[in-house]
Amino acid sequence: MISTQETRARTLPRKRQAERVTQLKGAVSRLAIQASLWIWAILVVFPFVWMIYTSFKTDQEIFFSPWSLPQTPRWDNFVRAWTKAHIGQYFFNSLVVVVPSVIFTLLFSAMAAYVLARFPFRGNRLILYIFISGMMFPIFLGLVPLFFLLQRLSLLNTFFGLILVYIAYSLPFSIFFLTGFFKTLPSELHEAAIVDGTNQWQAFFLIMLPLAQPGLVTIGVFNVLGMWNQFVLPLVLMSDNTKYLLTQGLAYMLHQQYYMNDWSGLFAAVVIVMLPTLLTYSLFQGRIQKGLTVGALKG
Amino acid sequence: MYRGKYSVIIPFLAPPLILYAVFVLYPYAQAMYVSLTHWSGVSPTPQFVGLRNFARLVRDDYFWNALSHNLIYLAVLPASILALGFFFAFLLTQGVRGAGFYRIVYFFPQVMSVVAVGVLWSFVYHPTLGLLNGFLRLIGIQNPPVWLGNPSTALLAVGAVVIWQAVGFYTVFFIAGMESIPTTYYEAARLDGATGWHLFRHITLPLLWENVRVAAVFLAIGALDMFGIVQTMTEGGPSRATDVLGTYLYENAFKHSQFGYATAIAVTLFVLVLALSLLVMRATVRETVEY
Repeated sequence: MISTQETRARTLPRKRQAERVTQLKGAVSRLAIQASLWIWAILVVFPFVWMIYTSFKTDQEIFFSPWSLPQTPRWDNFVRAWTKAHIGQYFFNSLVVVVPSVIFTLLFSAMAAYVLARFPFRGNRLILYIFISGMMFPIFLGLVPLFFLLQRLSLLNTFFGLILVYIAYSLPFSIFFLTGFFKTLPSELHEAAIVDGTNQWQAFFLIMLPLAQPGLVTIGVFNVLGMWNQFVLPLVLMSDNTKYLLTQGLAYMLHQQYYMNDWSGLFAAVVIVMLPTLLTYSLFQGRIQKGLTVGALKG
Repeated sequence: MYRGKYSVIIPFLAPPLILYAVFVLYPYAQAMYVSLTHWSGVSPTPQFVGLRNFARLVRDDYFWNALSHNLIYLAVLPASILALGFFFAFLLTQGVRGAGFYRIVYFFPQVMSVVAVGVLWSFVYHPTLGLLNGFLRLIGIQNPPVWLGNPSTALLAVGAVVIWQAVGFYTVFFIAGMESIPTTYYEAARLDGATGWHLFRHITLPLLWENVRVAAVFLAIGALDMFGIVQTMTEGGPSRATDVLGTYLYENAFKHSQFGYATAIAVTLFVLVLALSLLVMRATVRETVEY
């Protein structure tokens, strides 16, 4: 699925860069290019850098000298954010929801994608389209009915309910992505296994699923990021503020700030929130970039 | 190879399909009905009122106010993001040193939660302790604007953040597209005497046009669907200066319990998104260039 574009871009990287015809020649152009690139890089990076060193300052330092570095690093800002501002609680809540959601999304979408990609049967295309069409609808459309649906099922304001919703809404893209992926896997192993007498379940779990590992990792990372950052769903479905997830908790903290004035704590809170994302990104950025953009190119 | 296939097909498809049907399809379908009702959640059943919600919507100044902001964003954001994305993608495919580093850095904001970005920029825009005004004061501007608190600057301020977050993604997106154009095309054109601009206009742009179309549709839909960033930074204020359909809908549903009306807004939004997607696809049709 990703193959042609990737292999072309990957087989001759160095040579292509050098050969890549410089469409703007001359030292001046080069300088202008570097300058533009630098300016945007600073625009992107500096707000984060500023936020990180500001999170170590005291409230007075923050107010009176927004640009300066902290005198001494105030780690207690982080402790306060974690405990008094409940970021620790929100972090834990997010984990409780995201981890099972990702696991089951991967499991269910792999199962569905496998069957849809490799087995001919009546209604195969229809079911695939039904899943994929889910990507086209804005989440707003279903928000109110979803709210009442969960209420009727007594799942409102529960982690279990939220997990079910997270999985359901992640299925369209994950199935879309994995179906394409499963189509590229070779059939020989599967065929050989069936001929040898393994049943279809064993063939999937013991042979085809391990083969699908690269695709699963990519879509897994994508789902981890998407679910960790999800805002609207917990905002609407979780009303008990001890059950807030990290995103809505952070927004709540910000809106409360105008009364509480713990700026240093708030800065520390945002840094805490950003860390897992930063970590995931540094580990997986290649995959993330390829996965997201290829998904869009194919779509 | 397909022996006993139904023993996998049915159990493998059942759980995802059921979850999806219950939590996604059913609410979407129900929304169509709820938009035709009056419902404040107090009574167990909504009360059918036909098209009254839509009539109310048409007469609602706040609705038009929110829509106007979406339209402003629609006019400004996709174009800016596409232009900047293309610009940087172009620069980064010119054999520049450290191109990989820039790609990693530029892409990062996209990976952040919209709330984290919103909180970060609320700080940056803060009138007294913020980065931006601190910088402006440093260069001599005495009374820098209260970006998010002033109705005349708030809309622009939030829009700038959206651009900031999105450019990196589209840069990488276009680079992926550009890298799949064979260099032989450029070499052949060069041999014929083509210069930089010609190469861009006659090779790069046409071959990348499908990517541009996809990007344009995504961005246009995004301009209408805006919610998280606005809700975090301003909640639609000050005085509804940054209200968009998403925040207005949310407010009607969850602050005023006007569920029927809010759903009518959602249905309208959905129709607008569909219409807009079709429009953008139609307007950007070109002869497909095969290679």
